[in-house]
Amino acid sequence: MDHGILGKKIGMTRVFTDDGRWIDVTVLEAGPCKVVQRKTTDRDGYEAIQVGFGEIKESRAKKPQLGHFASAGVPPTRDLREFRVPKDSELKAGDEITAEIFQVGDRVDISGTTKGKGFAGAMKRHGFKGGPGGHGSHFHRAPGSMGQSADPAKVYKNKKLPGHMGHTKVTVQNLEVVTVDASKNLLLIRGSVPGANGGLITVNKSIKGAS
Amino acid sequence: MNLLQEVEQAQRRSDDALPKFNVGDTVKVHFRIVEGEKERIQIFEGVVIARNGGSSSNANFTVRRVAFNEGVERIFPLHSPRVEKVEVIREGQVRRAKLYYLRDRSGKAARLKAKGYTKTEKS
Repeated sequence: MDHGILGKKIGMTRVFTDDGRWIDVTVLEAGPCKVVQRKTTDRDGYEAIQVGFGEIKESRAKKPQLGHFASAGVPPTRDLREFRVPKDSELKAGDEITAEIFQVGDRVDISGTTKGKGFAGAMKRHGFKGGPGGHGSHFHRAPGSMGQSADPAKVYKNKKLPGHMGHTKVTVQNLEVVTVDASKNLLLIRGSVPGANGGLITVNKSIKGAS
Repeated sequence: MNLLQEVEQAQRRSDDALPKFNVGDTVKVHFRIVEGEKERIQIFEGVVIARNGGSSSNANFTVRRVAFNEGVERIFPLHSPRVEKVEVIREGQVRRAKLYYLRDRSGKAARLKAKGYTKTEKS
């Protein structure tokens, strides 16, 4: 497994293992993806494959995109992502990637875009404790002190404050593959995966876990 | 049927293999316990006080018994392969889907009428 695969988060459920325990799993529809472009050091400065996922009608694709897909001979897709591959990788444009690249027990890193929470306060966004709810207190959910006084006479950069929360790319590392069903493009991953159901998910080989 | 339902469907027992019992029944749950290499069957006997999850593969049922004056409740996954069988000892006649009120009762007040019970039978 030199590269990953793109997929869609379907939802969570639980499955029983052979010895009767149950584990919580996330169901992913992984692939099939087509390689749209093979990037090489000579031409692009690095080695990668560009992969498309989620077929769309030709009428929905923009003209420059249509040309890009046509040069690879693959139908246009909604999403394009890149995976780094070793220099000797034999993948070329038009090749298909399926869930078969994974085996049960593999460790994977999964990236997705988290659910947006809007403008969130310091309690929700950074886990601040807040103040007492009552008993004469007027300090409830405010962020509190901004720092020191005349020295340094400023608020430090990266001070944890209210702001937009969520809708960021998040990677969860070292998740376990529970089931692979290439005929249904199905991957079951132990644990949870960032993002809403139906969101685009990148499944990559784990950089930490042995696989 | 979407992929999630397909995954769940595969986890379910077939309808024939599904243990048949209702809320209010006194049952013996034969539960397989794996201790290292060894396997044994443990029997938990009590009243079914709730069934949750309907026809989903995540359905559970709750069995309550009173052991040494202490109420004990165990929740079993209906479709777990570890639940070997559920033996119905006595069918209870109840008017609720959830018998949580039994938790507040003890002794005689915590009894349930048997199904088909009539006053004449009592004598």
